[in-house]
Parts: sequence; structure tokens; C-alpha cells
Amino acid sequence: MSTFRIGGVHPQDNKQYSAHQTIVDCPLPQKAIIPLVQHIGAPAQPVVEKGDKVRVGQLIAKAGGFVSANIHSPFSGTISKIDTTVDGWGARVPAIFIDVEGDLWLDEIDKSDNLVREGILEPKEIIDRIAAAGIVGLGGACFPTHVKLMPPPGKKAKVLIVNGVECEPYLTCDHQLMLEKGEEIIIGIQLLMRALNIQRAIIGIEKNKPDAIAHMQKLASRVLGMSVMPLNLKYPQGGEKQLIDACIGRQVPSGALPIEVGAVVDNVATVYAVYEAVLKRKPLISRVMTITGKDVAKPGNYRVRFGTPLTDVVALAGGVPENTGKIIGGGPMMGRAMNSLDMPANKRVSGLLFMPEDESRRIEPENCIRCAKCVGACPMGLEPYLLARQAELQQWDGMEAHNIMDCIECGCCTFTCPSHRPLLDYVRMGKAKVGGIIRARSAK
Amino acid sequence: MNKLIVSPAPHAHSGDSVRRNMLLVILALVPAYAVSMAAFGWGVLITTAISIAACVGFEWLIAKYLLKQQPTIGDCSAILTGLLLAFNLPSNLPWWIVIIGAFVAIAIGKMSFGGLGQNLFNPALVGRVFLLISFPVQMTTWPRPLGFYTKYLDAITGATPLAAMKQIVKGGDASALDKLPDLWDACIGLIGGSFGEVCALALIFGGLLLIVTRVITWHIPVSVLATAALFAVVTGWCGALPEGLGTGEYMLMTLCTGGLMLGAFFMATDYVTSPMSPWGKIIFGIGIGFIAMVIRTWGAYPEGVSFAILIMNACVPLLNKIRPKRFGEKKK
Repeated sequence: MSTFRIGGVHPQDNKQYSAHQTIVDCPLPQKAIIPLVQHIGAPAQPVVEKGDKVRVGQLIAKAGGFVSANIHSPFSGTISKIDTTVDGWGARVPAIFIDVEGDLWLDEIDKSDNLVREGILEPKEIIDRIAAAGIVGLGGACFPTHVKLMPPPGKKAKVLIVNGVECEPYLTCDHQLMLEKGEEIIIGIQLLMRALNIQRAIIGIEKNKPDAIAHMQKLASRVLGMSVMPLNLKYPQGGEKQLIDACIGRQVPSGALPIEVGAVVDNVATVYAVYEAVLKRKPLISRVMTITGKDVAKPGNYRVRFGTPLTDVVALAGGVPENTGKIIGGGPMMGRAMNSLDMPANKRVSGLLFMPEDESRRIEPENCIRCAKCVGACPMGLEPYLLARQAELQQWDGMEAHNIMDCIECGCCTFTCPSHRPLLDYVRMGKAKVGGIIRARSAK
Repeated sequence: MNKLIVSPAPHAHSGDSVRRNMLLVILALVPAYAVSMAAFGWGVLITTAISIAACVGFEWLIAKYLLKQQPTIGDCSAILTGLLLAFNLPSNLPWWIVIIGAFVAIAIGKMSFGGLGQNLFNPALVGRVFLLISFPVQMTTWPRPLGFYTKYLDAITGATPLAAMKQIVKGGDASALDKLPDLWDACIGLIGGSFGEVCALALIFGGLLLIVTRVITWHIPVSVLATAALFAVVTGWCGALPEGLGTGEYMLMTLCTGGLMLGAFFMATDYVTSPMSPWGKIIFGIGIGFIAMVIRTWGAYPEGVSFAILIMNACVPLLNKIRPKRFGEKKK
């Protein structure tokens, strides 16, 4: 099966703007802001104070619990203050402010480009290095990677699935990373296979990236148990549950995690970070971002150290286009529209999409015509028209009975609705409410 | 930098719209329409024009003056209702009866429920059945196909193949066999009937167009036609057909005559009044095929498709309790 089996839609690819653009390093800024929440889980706690001198790669905040992540300084310089900042979506978050001075790295880090193949490491050591390096999922969800590598008792991992799908339109950073750092990614996969003690890894790549498929197939063929699975072009092929269905034909049950079917899924950028952390002792301090859009002057893929003001990165790409109506952090299907570009690059933002004004406005919704296209499009097999109506009428029990919590918020329903109804808006609202009810119920 | 627009994801849309779907259905009906015009002449055009104008007019008036809302005739659904209503009428129906039908279809069949998306019954069929019951003579006097130059009021009327078949099967009257048209004639539309009923091939072509453009799915048309065909075959096997009429021929005649093709592809598949899940649609289609054949074989009317669809429309809220296949659902 080269695709997931239920639902899905076909948005326009729009990858041509930034595809095959060689990764360009963004220059160092003068002042950096490092948010302390760049992951799912508890905020990281600062371990530095105002006035401290730090080096590149130094730990500046410790994970705030098991499901949390360390944060390291991407720059050398002086801590100017520990305060809060407002992110690009208006939320106030704690952050460490750094005045950048030079580019002095910690001694133990190998910052060269040389490929390191060897390292005799026990699984536990690999996982410890990953945790220490503050690695989180770079596919957008930012889940702490080391947690995924430690299945709860009774659950056994059987296959590692590497997500090279990049199903969101416009984004090309993962594609380019596979082309430029394919060998490193393969080594990263081997490290993860060792950490999980499994013999099988599948790299899923959508068929709109034939060069990446060919390249990774050639590299993977040298490793026993590793293979590439070319996948049909359909959104959301890269959604964790959909990808597992496509690669191994198993559907993760409602409310369960991928480990339930023996799968662990990691994005290619995360895997690359694993290689760097384990074999080069380099913690997660940068990522590749796609800056793209129809009217962007120099769309492309830019490697940015976290904390760099986004305005700096955008300047590299030629600045904000004149006719921009919307700036989206991420892709057009699940990305979040920003109200300001005054924000530092961080682990969560995989790209910036500049949408022209005439494409940025929503169309006035009409009555639901009960065409059932949303039902056909939903990859989780839900009934969006019904869930939206139930949310309008505040029928929380009904929503829970119709499995609203299974919704992955992919946006296929709203994308496909001929009446332009804001189905996902209603479902999200319903999920928030029903989620709260469920939590309150289990807390009793 | 200008002010930024901030709205929730997704920020992309397929480009689909209500109007696009309505226009595709209208387009899919063009082949059948062309055949009807060739067979029945100007009556087709006049009836259609009156029907569409009346439907659109009534919807606009009711929305603006009675419901005090912005009229939504721009979505083309009233145009489609007018066209489908006309397809269900004899091409020589008096103009004032057409207008009454349009009124019932729109005012009672659609607007009284709250407008687009809210009605329980197929509006065009509500209009048609109302006319059938209120004006039985005019509604059962079908013109014979005399070609394109048949003037509106000149049409010669005669019995339809369905009436003949009913005579044969229900009444066991073998003498009606020679009243049956050639199978080929039935397929390409040279038979008496309402002008939308007649050309099976043109209707199949339009129906396939709709499936390919994903306006409709295969579930309802296939279920309706397969059930009707099966019913016909079983009728044949039970020996209910007289000498001279083979089972296979009877089955094909069943499919090609009356409103079955039109109903299967264009009427039963109406979004608003059909089920929302694949299995719901299949059961819906089976119900329509079965009820239509029961009425055709034993009922008082020669044609049962309209009634069958309306009866199954009433079952749709119940059928909507059938849920689509969920991701990760375990088979019990």
C-alpha cells in the first residue's frame, strides 16, 4: 500500500518556489532571545543568570520534568536578562536574552562537517545523549524525542518509521536536508535503531521528491533492515498515524500512541539532530527553515540558529513581500497565522509562508449542503459536518460519542467544504471543551 | 509591513463551491437534454424555461420578502431544481401547471424547511408528485417522440413503454408485447415518456461525468440500478414473464425506461436528501431500487421511482446513524 487508506485531500504542491534551493546559513545576530518553551511539556528552567558568559552549545535551561527538554545556547556571549517575551502569536513566554559576542563553542563539540560513522554506544548512552542534547520532534509537534525512545513497560518497538514525507505544501526543508545530509540521516537512523533495539526501519518519502527517494534508497540499501517507501501524493501522508498506516498497514487505535502497533516515528530533521548530538556531541541549536511564498524574492531553505530574530532570516530571503496579507508559521494546512514577525527562530517553526493579500481572506460560508465531502476527506473517518453542528449546539456528549478527540486537526474537512464552512474551527472548539470534560472526569 | 490577517488553519482551500457542483450537474444533463430536444421538439425548451424561471423567481421572492434574508440564487441550486423538475414532466404540459409545480417544489419542498441544505425531501420530486396527484390526466399524457420540429402543442400522445410493461407483467397480457419499443430505441431515447426519462445512454454518460468529477460517488447509482436489475431478473426466473419476453431483455428494458436512470444518477444523488456515509448510501439505493420495482410491478402507478426516492428520503435521518469507517476501528 503506498498510501494511507481513509480520506485525504490533494492541495496544490507549490513546492517549486523553494525546492532544490541549497541550504544557506543565516548570519549570527547581535541579540538573541531564547524561549524556554520550545517543546511539548513543562517549560525548561534556567540554569544561568544575568551576566553569565556562555559558549555555543552550553546548557542554559534544564528540562522541567520527564516530558520536557533541555535548551542550549546557540551563541557565545553574555546573558543580558531572563525575562518574558511575546511570541509571533501574541503569547507571553519566558525567555533568556543573550548579547552575542563572537562564535566560541564548547570544546567537546565537533563542529566540523566531517562525517562520523563510528561510535560504540550502548542504547542507554544513545538515549541519554539525545535527552541531554534537548532534541525534540522537528516535524512541528516538538515532542521530546528521548521520551519516544523509552516505551512504557509492556510495549515493544518493532519498527522505526522515518518521516521524510513533508506533505505540507510549500515546505521543502526536509527534502533539501535529505539531499544534502542523506548520509548523516542514515547514520542517525542506525543510532535510533540501536537505541530502540530493533532491526527494521522504513523511510517514507512522497513521490513528488524522486531525487530524494533515489538518493536515500541508494544509501539505505547498504544497511540491513533499512528501506525507503515511496508514498503517493496525498495530504496528510506525513501525519504520524497516516504514515504508519501507509508504511506497515496498521492503524493506531483511538486514544493510543504509535507504540501500540510497535511503531516509533521520527522526522528526518530530528534524526539528523540525533546524529549530530550523539556522534558530534552537538546539542540542538539550529534547524533548517523554508522561507517561501509566491512573491518572496529569494525563497529557499535557510539554516537558522534558534534565537535569531525572524526578521533577520526573512531579510536573507529578500524581505517581506509588498502584498503580504498573511504570514504563516509552518505550512498552509496546519500552520498558524502570525500577528508579528517580531519573534526568534525556535524549534517549533519549520518555515514561514508569505501569502498574498488576495489569497489570505476567508470566503463567506454558506449553508451546509450535506454533500458529505468532508466525511470522505477526513483521514480519521470522522463526520466533520456533524461534529461542527454539535459544537455549535454545545452537545458535548454527542461529540465525545462521535470520537471528536480522534481529530488530528489536519484541515482536510475545511479544505474540501464547497460551502466554505469553518468546520475545523468548530471542531477545535469542541475538542478543547470535551478534552477538559474528559480530564475533569478522570481527575475525580 | 501592512496589517496582517490572522485566521485559523487551514489557509488553503480546494476551490470547490456549491455553484461549481450545481453547474457540473447541469452540464452532465446536457447530453440527455439534447436528445430530448431532438425527440420532442420545442416543448422541451418551453417547459424547461418556464420551470427554471419559476423556481428561481419563487426562491428569490420567498427569501427576500418572506424570510427577509439575502437571496442565494447565485448558488444555482434553484436552476438545477427547475431543470430536474422539467425533466420529470411531459414536454407538452400546460405552462400554468409547470409554474404550480415549481412553486410547490421551491416553496414547500425547499424554502419551508429553511432553504438550501435543510429540506428532507427532494424538491423537484415533491413538485412532480404533487402535480401527478393534482393533475393526473395532464401528467400522464405523454407525447410521442416526433422529432425536433414537434410543435409544443402538437405532440401526439400515447402510452409509454412502462405502461405496456405493467400490462404485461401485472396483467399477464402478452398482447401488449408489440407495444414495447425496440431496446435500442429505448436506450437512445426514441420512446414516449417525460423528456428526462428517455435517453438512457445520454444519462449514463452524464452520470459517469459526475462520478469522474467527484460530484457524486458510485454508491447510490450502482445500488439503485443493480437492485432494480436484480428484481427484474428474479421476476423473469419466477416465470412471471410471458412468452416472447426474455429475462435479459426485460431487465434491460427495466433499466432504460421510466425515470430509473434519471433517478439513479441525478435525483437520488441529491446531496441534501441522501445519506452521508457509504453504507448509508448503498442501503438508500437498494431501498429505492426495490420500492420502485414493487410499485412498477404491483402498484397502481406505472412509474415508481419518484415515490421510491421520496420514501427513502424520509429514511435518511435514520440511515445517517450509520457511521463511516473510522481510523483504527476494530472489526467486532
